[in-house]
Amino acid sequence: MVVGMTLETFLQQLINGLSIGSLYALIAIGYTMVYGILRLINFAHGDIFMMAAYFTYFGIAVFFLPWYVTFFITIVLTILLGVGIERFAYRPLRDAPKTSLLISAIGVSFLLENLATYLFSGKPQAFPNFPLMTNPINFGSLTVQPVSILIPIVTFFIMIGLLFLINHTKVGMAMRAVSVDYDTAKLMGIKINGVISSTFAIGSGLAAVGAILWCMKYPSVLPLMGVVIGLKCFIAAVIGGIGNVKGAVLGGLILGFSEVLMVAFFPALTGYRDAVAFIILIIILLFLPNGLLGKKQVEKV
Amino acid sequence: MLKIKDLQVSYGGIEAVKGIDIEVPDGSIVTLIGANGAGKSTTLRSIVGLVKTKSGSITYNDEELLGMDTTKIVGKGITLVPEGRHVFPDLTVFENLKIGAYMRKDSLDEDIKNIYGLFPRLEERSWQQAGTLSGGEQQMLAVGRAMMSRPKLLMMDEPSLGLAPLIVKGIFDIIETLNKEGITILLIEQNANMALKIADYAYVLETGKITKQGTGKELLSDESIKEAYLGKSQRKNK
Repeated sequence: MVVGMTLETFLQQLINGLSIGSLYALIAIGYTMVYGILRLINFAHGDIFMMAAYFTYFGIAVFFLPWYVTFFITIVLTILLGVGIERFAYRPLRDAPKTSLLISAIGVSFLLENLATYLFSGKPQAFPNFPLMTNPINFGSLTVQPVSILIPIVTFFIMIGLLFLINHTKVGMAMRAVSVDYDTAKLMGIKINGVISSTFAIGSGLAAVGAILWCMKYPSVLPLMGVVIGLKCFIAAVIGGIGNVKGAVLGGLILGFSEVLMVAFFPALTGYRDAVAFIILIIILLFLPNGLLGKKQVEKV
Repeated sequence: MLKIKDLQVSYGGIEAVKGIDIEVPDGSIVTLIGANGAGKSTTLRSIVGLVKTKSGSITYNDEELLGMDTTKIVGKGITLVPEGRHVFPDLTVFENLKIGAYMRKDSLDEDIKNIYGLFPRLEERSWQQAGTLSGGEQQMLAVGRAMMSRPKLLMMDEPSLGLAPLIVKGIFDIIETLNKEGITILLIEQNANMALKIADYAYVLETGKITKQGTGKELLSDESIKEAYLGKSQRKNK
């Protein structure tokens, strides 16, 4: 059943889709970068996001630190967590079959989820309100939360910065080299471990930024919050073409818009909101198995 | 410069290299010839630390390389042009050259100009992705990339593989030019004829062992080697 809607509500929904899509994009970038360099789906990424949400929550609601201090600490701790996971759970398996690495990732994911449940209890915690970010402001007849505008802007600049890093800096060049060929990259004198660590640092840092913004928009924190979000963002990365940063952003936006617009146009289907991601995934993979911006894997002999 | 003593390497129970001794004097061209599976590539990959060795020693200017990290070995001025070229397909030609000098911090302009002088084709395709180059161009790029690190010892694994004879000749000319500029060369080839012509000294490797050695000229005139090579390539085709 299609509901008639005014231009205002439609625009409002578009802004909503843009902001949630940008959040998906931020987290999807982490999946795509790690996959690009390790050929590993980092199943713990969603839980790294969850831990970042808790770090922010503790900083602001428990220790009453100023927000900028909290955000800084959150990002640093999340980066340490991500890099630490790679160091202790993935690096020892570098030469093992990919399946072992995948199982290790799933293990880390369960570990983080259960650790969080044990330490922080399974109860959702209310994230404090950021009046500056959440009090709606009016543009004519449009009512928008500032955070919904902030999210796409942050994502946009992060993407630009990241593309610059990957395409125009030495470390980015090293990342692209490592992602194709470890041995040859080593022959160039590239320190593989350093490059992989920086990839995890970037991915986790973005998950932290995503978590902070997420909590401002959806002010509730719980130990299993990373599961569905992680899965969706992984799907976003696959839709866009895993391994491709622009693809991850595109996939995230497609997912965000489709979800929001489906709920707006077909309110009766609201309960299937989370299924949209999977339907889109199936459709896109049927026709473009490498995702929208993914490259065909051609091996030149 | 480089001394290999009693090197043994095995992969999953198969002995690929069974105790070989090789010496590469400063400023020379040394070549290892042999059929597929003789252990040539394994030897080169052991030198740069890409393969775990079982026993023996590899010293470079009297420093033990075994157990050292690849990046550290490369930092000492040893570089390898791997078999099958292995240029980075998504990087442009220019970036591939730049990444060859990854460990250097000084200006690269002169080196790049130099390489473009040697291989004008690369300059024409400077902004093209390396994956779009032809095999010969990729080989030029792989050699150019290796030169960017200003190596003292340049090792090449089958630079002529799959290339047209004219291009092979060009590559070998470049190898000689580089050698005259003072770069020591360790070359692996199945194209024994070409390799022996430019080599100061050569080793023949067969199933992990050195069966013959001598100056390039000596081996070139050695009838048994010519015969052995014909024999080998026939056996390979079975």
